[in-house]
Amino acid sequence: MTGYEWIIPVVLTVITAATPLVFAGIGELVTEKSGVLNLGIEGMMLVGAVTAFVTATVTGNYFLAVIAAAASGAFMAFLFGILTLSLMANQVATGLALTLFGVGISALIGQDFVGEPVQAISKLNIAGLSDIPIIGQILFGQDPLVYLSFIMAIVVSWFLYKTKAGLILRAVGDSHDAAHSIGYSVIAIRYLAVMFGGAMSGIGGAYLSLAYTPMWAENMTAGRGWIALALIVFATWKPSLVVVGAYMFGGITILQLHAQAAGFDVPSQILSMLPYVATIVVLVIISKDESRIRKHAPACIGKIFHPAA
Amino acid sequence: MKLKHVVSLIGAAAVAGSMLLAGTASAEEKVGFVYVGPIGDHGWSYRHDVGRLAVEKEFGDKVKTTYVESVKEGPDSERVIRQLAADGHKIIFTTSFGFMNPTMKVAKQFPNVKFEHATGYKRSKNLSTYSSRFYEGRYVVGKIAGKMTKSNIIGYVGSFPIPEVVRGINAVALAARSVNPDVQIKVAWVNTWYDPGKEGDAAKALIDQGADIILQHTDSPAPLQVAEARGVWAVGQASDMTKFAPKAQLTAIIDDWDGYYVARVKAALDGSWKSSDIWGGFKSGMVKLAPYNAAMPADVVKLATETQAAIEDGSLKPFAGPFNKQDGTEAVAAGSELDDGVLLGMDWYVEGVAGKLPK
Repeated sequence: MTGYEWIIPVVLTVITAATPLVFAGIGELVTEKSGVLNLGIEGMMLVGAVTAFVTATVTGNYFLAVIAAAASGAFMAFLFGILTLSLMANQVATGLALTLFGVGISALIGQDFVGEPVQAISKLNIAGLSDIPIIGQILFGQDPLVYLSFIMAIVVSWFLYKTKAGLILRAVGDSHDAAHSIGYSVIAIRYLAVMFGGAMSGIGGAYLSLAYTPMWAENMTAGRGWIALALIVFATWKPSLVVVGAYMFGGITILQLHAQAAGFDVPSQILSMLPYVATIVVLVIISKDESRIRKHAPACIGKIFHPAA
Repeated sequence: MKLKHVVSLIGAAAVAGSMLLAGTASAEEKVGFVYVGPIGDHGWSYRHDVGRLAVEKEFGDKVKTTYVESVKEGPDSERVIRQLAADGHKIIFTTSFGFMNPTMKVAKQFPNVKFEHATGYKRSKNLSTYSSRFYEGRYVVGKIAGKMTKSNIIGYVGSFPIPEVVRGINAVALAARSVNPDVQIKVAWVNTWYDPGKEGDAAKALIDQGADIILQHTDSPAPLQVAEARGVWAVGQASDMTKFAPKAQLTAIIDDWDGYYVARVKAALDGSWKSSDIWGGFKSGMVKLAPYNAAMPADVVKLATETQAAIEDGSLKPFAGPFNKQDGTEAVAAGSELDDGVLLGMDWYVEGVAGKLPK
């Protein structure tokens, strides 16, 4: 192949690899911005994936499937909320438990659906636009969830930094005592943020089982929930950087596969670990420069809120 | 009051537990299985579990099988294997290459428990190894691929660059080039046995680089789905994956552990079990091929069937010379063939495979 032609398939593949990370990352970002650390992304994604798959198989309605996935993810997050927000359990331990629970329950639900293929979500095809060379397929030939991931990133960014509700959410995450003392319901706000995070993880899972690899297989997230978690640190809690990071992580994975197939001499193991190395490097950098952390990282993350009497 | 409850509860549990143990010890023998992936992977681990069910069916109440799925290779697996051994399992099958050292270690600690490790090479008095000559299946697949490809590029999704996988790639390359000398094999390593997304991405990358047949040595049907969507050919792995790619799947290399597992459990039950090293192929029934795609031309089907028959009766040795290594130096001279020792340690490509083998 000559010239730029090879770029198109690469970009198309990168988009599919990055989209689930964008959903899960943006959702968890909102959760963390409210001061809650939910390590259960992997579990919520799996439950979302299996719910979407089962719904799509049974009803044939993909819109419904995505809604169901969001609802199931939100429900998982709600359970997490009950334990950590109302019963004040340790967030780290509960989050890990949520992941384990999600792995198990999704396998149980999906038992009868293993080995059953499903039609992939159809891609957009706008006469004229989708046929434009190079950009046509990339900009106008994706499935609806890809567009939704960008819309959600923009909406969340706008919500967090341009609306009063977003300001309140960030205040709750930065100082729950202060927010509480001026009359905001810290617990209620955190419930909403946690459930939003769950819903987004659920949609990320739905993308896996309906579009990325249209099937249900146990544990099919294969660690993407953890990458999403790393992504937020990498992005220093900025929504736009979450998207950039997701595409970078996705891009590295895909490019190294292309490099191998093209016969370049790259050690694939090193490239496979690049996303994690990048995260650690960013962690080290931001840990040295406290002002950066203060700017975007929620100060109360992981701390349990005990309302003063 | 509360404490009393707890104490009585523990007491009751202990009694119940010991009764349960006593019951199992006298009535049935426990057989354990450790899988690297979920049994729902529809590939490698799924096929081992089919073997486990065959054991249950064969022996009925005489045995009780246990399995632990999605066990990570490495230290974590040692804990799982030891737990099974401590729980009184009479024979334990550990079914992934990376379980080798942990199995060896636990086998030393439990000399009365019999261990069976798939695809490894370390043995002891109570540790057997067993594997399939999958490369025989891959050799037939290579012949088919060499005939079916139009772009002369065969894409291969690799898991880890271990001899088992390299052997498969080489078998395909030798077979494909025997019918079509222009064929090139492109390999994309994903460094995992099971990650549907990544496996699919690797298949996409290979197709984008011109491959029109996708082979895989990973466990999920994702590469086949990609092949189906992109309109190229593919070959299923470990089990018949035709459901995922009704148009694209040419055939599938099927692992069949049923017979082996039943035989080994029987030997463990009647006391005739001995440590051994089994490496079976088409002839032993451990390797099978799924029905050929109806779209395959008759002459290709004939070639495939004849190749399989020749391997079965021993008249065809996939790694018989002459052929060269990737760099053009002679690997085997005419008239001789690679022995099993070399095959088990294979860490070099043959001519026709593109790219460098990661070490």
